Amino acid sequence: MDKLRRWPVMSLRFFSLHFFANAVTVLLGLLFAFPLYWAVSNALKGPREMFRIPPLWYPPHPRFQNFLEVNELVPFFLFMQNTAVLTVLRTVGGVFSASLVAYGFTFFRFRGRNILFFILIGTMMLPAEVTLVPTYVMFSKVGWVDSIKPLVVPLWFGGGAFSIFLFRQFFASIPRELNEAAKVDGCSSFRFYWSILVPLSKPAFITLSILFFQWSWNDLMEPLIYLNSIEKQTIPVGLLSLRSAASGAVALKLGKPTEHLLMAGAVMAMVPSVIVFFTLQRYFIRGIIMSGIKG
Amino acid sequence: MQLTRPLPRLKARKRKLSRLARAEEREGYLYISPWLIGFVVFTLGPMIASLYFSFTEYQFPAPPKWNNLNNYVYAVTKDELFWLSLGNTFYYVAISVPLGLTGSLFLALLLNREFSGRAFWRTIYYVPSIVPVVATTFLFMYIFHPDFGLINGWLWKLFRIQGPGWFTSREWVKPTFILMSLWGIGGTPMIIFLAGLQNIPVELYEAAEIDGAGRWSKFVNITIPMLSPTIFFNLITGMIGAFKIFGPAWVATRGGPYYGSYFYVLHIYNQAFLLWNSGYASALAWILLVIILFFTLVQFKLAQRWVYYEAASLTGMA
Repeated sequence: MDKLRRWPVMSLRFFSLHFFANAVTVLLGLLFAFPLYWAVSNALKGPREMFRIPPLWYPPHPRFQNFLEVNELVPFFLFMQNTAVLTVLRTVGGVFSASLVAYGFTFFRFRGRNILFFILIGTMMLPAEVTLVPTYVMFSKVGWVDSIKPLVVPLWFGGGAFSIFLFRQFFASIPRELNEAAKVDGCSSFRFYWSILVPLSKPAFITLSILFFQWSWNDLMEPLIYLNSIEKQTIPVGLLSLRSAASGAVALKLGKPTEHLLMAGAVMAMVPSVIVFFTLQRYFIRGIIMSGIKG
Repeated sequence: MQLTRPLPRLKARKRKLSRLARAEEREGYLYISPWLIGFVVFTLGPMIASLYFSFTEYQFPAPPKWNNLNNYVYAVTKDELFWLSLGNTFYYVAISVPLGLTGSLFLALLLNREFSGRAFWRTIYYVPSIVPVVATTFLFMYIFHPDFGLINGWLWKLFRIQGPGWFTSREWVKPTFILMSLWGIGGTPMIIFLAGLQNIPVELYEAAEIDGAGRWSKFVNITIPMLSPTIFFNLITGMIGAFKIFGPAWVATRGGPYYGSYFYVLHIYNQAFLLWNSGYASALAWILLVIILFFTLVQFKLAQRWVYYEAASLTGMA
């Protein structure tokens, strides 16, 4: 908003550059949007229409039954349900435990706080691959392999350094007098968190929820490692099963080509992320701007 | 660079804490205890264990046997795939990170201007980054299909060029993954750049205008220095992320063709969960940790030359 006032008013140069930038924004935007359009368009095409040369720009006879047929090849709706359950458990656990830890780091003074926070920041640089093998060994010793517990439980213990960091950046902008005043009035520390901090930090909570949702919905490696049974599978791995089913023996058994269903599955995988983002995007951008990881 | 807002200073009362202060301390520890427990159980413990495993001959579930430095020696001297995957990963990092960084900065500059429909275009640029990586990869495999794909179709139609095999060509597979990663440049890094741009004080530009500075001079002398902490943040996170590329390669090629896209984390994954060389995989993972740490430290050192630290506090980054 301030930006406009910065531009020299109405000079010819201003006009042309601004116009040029607008044109670039639109053209590049169309280029970015096109693959999405192409995905939806192909999700609705029939078996032979997908590989036509020259390509068909839109499905001549949109086949909405494609989305149902995906479920005949692999239990895709079950995958979606599994992913939804997993995502909710991870998001809730991650957001709440991260915010509680950040609350502890921001509003309480205790010995060793700075060192612990420094360690926490340090863990952001650790590649998770380092702990892959021992974590697997540990979870298999307690018999948690092939359940969602290894994917969920760690999230309930702090939700990851980055989330704690983001929450703390946000909490640090909340006036400390508020906390002092609440204490004087005899407000317990949890009550302050629950009835004052959480409502005040709505953008941070929503931003983190979106980030957790996206990460969990897309997570490929952990389900690949920990979930073996097909009926426990999540969407990313489920899409891989769909691919082998669509091009393999199952398709032959069905007696009809099924490769066109791959795009239908991919589109179904995208839709929830896109919906979540669209409904919450106002808070999301605000949340990032208000937290500390800005300029 | 200081990545965080400074914590309010602790008073240096070492001895006797008042009853109130002790209560505060207890509560503070109570609130951070989930992370403290999680850190010990899921990070510190496994890290120590994996360091130990990396010095052992270990095929899970058989017990580990001490093996000195043999895993590391094997990786460096005998394992061709180690060097190959390392080379592939460096290639990917060296090209995708600078391209992605300039790309998302460019988009942020475009979208930071005032124009009608700005929110709409921001969303358009952002959405590709939230598409699940498996879905993105399927889509790009289709668009870049050597025979039926749109890209090769257009190349032929417009220029009479026989397009390359993209994902199916050993030479082209890495550039194809880089192109694919560029579809996501409108994601969170771009939003962080936008936030950084909006936090540059307008007065700086106004003062420069009074001094007769042109648009380019304002960009070079104000925007870039003021944005440098943000650029640095995105550089570090982008670099670490690129070193760990796994998903797209696992989905599209499994590292092929002819190991052309066999990235380092694929090697770790294969050793750990396909061949069950748990000890060797741990050694590979520790090498990755050291590499990432090394390059992060190098970046921090280099940052002293180009990051304008004052901007961190002026724009609220610190």
